[in-house]
Amino acid sequence: MKKTVLLATAAVLAAGVAQAGTLDDVKARGELICGSNTGLTGFGAPGADGTWTGFDVDLCKALAAAVLGDASKVKFVPTTGETRFTALASGEVDVLIRNSTWTFSRDTELALDFVAVNYYDGQGFMVKKDLGVTSAKELNGATVCIQTGTTTELNLADFFKANNMTYTAVNVADDSEGQRQYLAGACDTYTTDASGLAASRATMADAENHIILPEIISKEPLGPVVRHGDNQWGDIVRWTYFALLIAEEKGITKANFEEIAASTTDPEVKRLAGLEGDMGAKIGLDNEFAKRAVLAVGNYGEVFDANIGESTPIGLARGLNALWTQGGLQYAAPFR
Amino acid sequence: MAYATETPKENFRLSMLIYDTRFRSMTIQIVVLILFGLALSWLVNNTIDNLAAKGKTFNYNFLWVRAGYDIEQTLIPYTNDSSHGRALFVGLANTLLVAFVGCILATIVGVLVGVLRLSKNWLVARIMTVYVEIFRNIPVLLWILFIYVPLTEIGPEPKDFKVTQPMIDALAIEAQGGTLPPDAVTTPAASKVLFDTVAITKRGMFMPKPLLERPLGSFSIGDFTISFSVLAALAVVAASIWVNAQLRRKARVVQETTGVRPTTWWKSLLILFAPLVLLLIAMGFHLEVPAFPVTEAGVSQGFNFQGGFTISASLLALTVALALYTGAFIAEIVRAGIMAISKGQSEASFALGLRPGRTMSLVVLPQALRVIIPPLISQYLNLTKNTSLGIAVSYLDLRGTLGGITLNQTGRELECMLLMMLIYLTISLIISVGMNIYNQSVQLKAR
Repeated sequence: MKKTVLLATAAVLAAGVAQAGTLDDVKARGELICGSNTGLTGFGAPGADGTWTGFDVDLCKALAAAVLGDASKVKFVPTTGETRFTALASGEVDVLIRNSTWTFSRDTELALDFVAVNYYDGQGFMVKKDLGVTSAKELNGATVCIQTGTTTELNLADFFKANNMTYTAVNVADDSEGQRQYLAGACDTYTTDASGLAASRATMADAENHIILPEIISKEPLGPVVRHGDNQWGDIVRWTYFALLIAEEKGITKANFEEIAASTTDPEVKRLAGLEGDMGAKIGLDNEFAKRAVLAVGNYGEVFDANIGESTPIGLARGLNALWTQGGLQYAAPFR
Repeated sequence: MAYATETPKENFRLSMLIYDTRFRSMTIQIVVLILFGLALSWLVNNTIDNLAAKGKTFNYNFLWVRAGYDIEQTLIPYTNDSSHGRALFVGLANTLLVAFVGCILATIVGVLVGVLRLSKNWLVARIMTVYVEIFRNIPVLLWILFIYVPLTEIGPEPKDFKVTQPMIDALAIEAQGGTLPPDAVTTPAASKVLFDTVAITKRGMFMPKPLLERPLGSFSIGDFTISFSVLAALAVVAASIWVNAQLRRKARVVQETTGVRPTTWWKSLLILFAPLVLLLIAMGFHLEVPAFPVTEAGVSQGFNFQGGFTISASLLALTVALALYTGAFIAEIVRAGIMAISKGQSEASFALGLRPGRTMSLVVLPQALRVIIPPLISQYLNLTKNTSLGIAVSYLDLRGTLGGITLNQTGRELECMLLMMLIYLTISLIISVGMNIYNQSVQLKAR
């Protein structure tokens, strides 16, 4: 009897641990669950009416449009620096698009896959102007506010050690607490990804009294993350993102897509619009997935400009995130 | 004997396992045991399968790997080059520090409030009631934040203590008899308190650090350094307490034979403190006051005080909040204990001519302890476990190091969680055993 029970248990387990098929789960649910920031203006933050907006949020919406045909069918689950990877690994979220840095140990040890880099970033420092500091190398002995559970924690230790300086760390749980402590003067400087600093600064009442120091002390390639092992789902996320990049490269925007698709002779644009080839079928979607993604949020440049670009309060330049044709690093593999 | 052998021998049937009361309880227990074993093996199996499915292994090798992160408040030496295992011990020491200080403070608060709540003074009794009800009925996390946020928002920053070049210039003009512009500043915005030794800032309290000029050396066990100076001081204190106990015993003997207790207070003071003070003077004891490094002109340099030690705002807030919160519960336990002692005891004590204060300390409280200790143990355990809320105010205790940053940087969720649970369990069991031993010593002894 005991044997049968054990066998039955094993059968239940085998069913329970089967993890492949995120695509099927999402389709069956009719909703994409996207792990997002707890609130970083410009990248992913809920508005007063509860709707999420931001650079990372738009990628989630594009993904929902590609997979489910409706950009509004996304549920955003706020995750902190500490909880995000556990939330992804346990299946609580389908994909994590939340300013997460691609590193060796996260890729291997945590059993995650970084499928693309949607923002090339680096770690910087913000100080109050009246502190009289103009370089991060003058921060010897300073008290530094830092978000716990992030790569920035390790970069900080390395940077101060390399420059023979000491510091006191105040480990805060999230961005809002970091800002509060920094503004209150509980620390001299706040360090996180430079994009995050710009976003934080934009929300401060006296933004002109704060400066971001010129030193960028690390490489922080931020991108969408999925679980190891479900390669089809990884491909879907990667190519949805690449579709936005290729759209920008080809000069396709949300507004002119239909028009260009009707008149174009460029085979790659035709494939993007789903008029040629069977790209969709190869990743378990229909042929118009890329078109729907672009129509939902616009091309990469449009998403960038609308959320964090120079016309927004955050005011980030394209810099490294310009297309490769314009001297940046954003480069999509050929859509063929 | 003869009768017993004649009892007809029953044949054992399977149904007897359920219907025969002699076997039934055994049957139930065995079934429950099997079910429990199955549930346990299912859990373990499930874990192993899930780990395999995720391609993860289960081992504790990460404890020997370089941690790479820094900790604000440390009791034992630690740098970012230390291992994750060492970070665990830093966190553990931080947890124990809050638990230890918190328990002592909570007991003091609890006993005071519990006694005062029974006071005949209407106002005092009502104020204590309000305190107890407010603290007991609001979640402790809110209290921690409520105390922490003002600590980091109000008060000066370290830079407000700095002497700047314009201040020096202004003083020089003043010394030469010149007139200062009306907005000139000659002294820093904030100054240290307690004879210019302690700086209270938004970042915590910068305290003077006791240092020895002629320490007695130290030895190391593994990674941990033990100082002979501390051991010597502890030995001297222990010896003083023992000698003092002898003195009091002799005084009691004299009191019992002659009826007059000899004066001992100044002898006690001398025995308790003189040897320690002498030892400290011999070792060259002095205080290192926190201060900004200054240039030759007297201008303060740097961002923070140098020297001394820091009690961070998070440590302060966490300890105070836990002590006040748990103190409210202890107050109720103390009040219940006192009320459990029959009124006749204090009436008898008054009849013997004891003053109310001595009645409380000599007659009522010792008896009340029997009622107080058992629930007090669970309050100590609660406080110890609640220290894990320190993460909310950036206090890196065991939950913050092992269960926070280490877990996150290494991705060893299961290992870290299991180890952390085991450590909290061990701490709680040790407290429980210690308090139970104390409890036995205050229980009624059957003679």
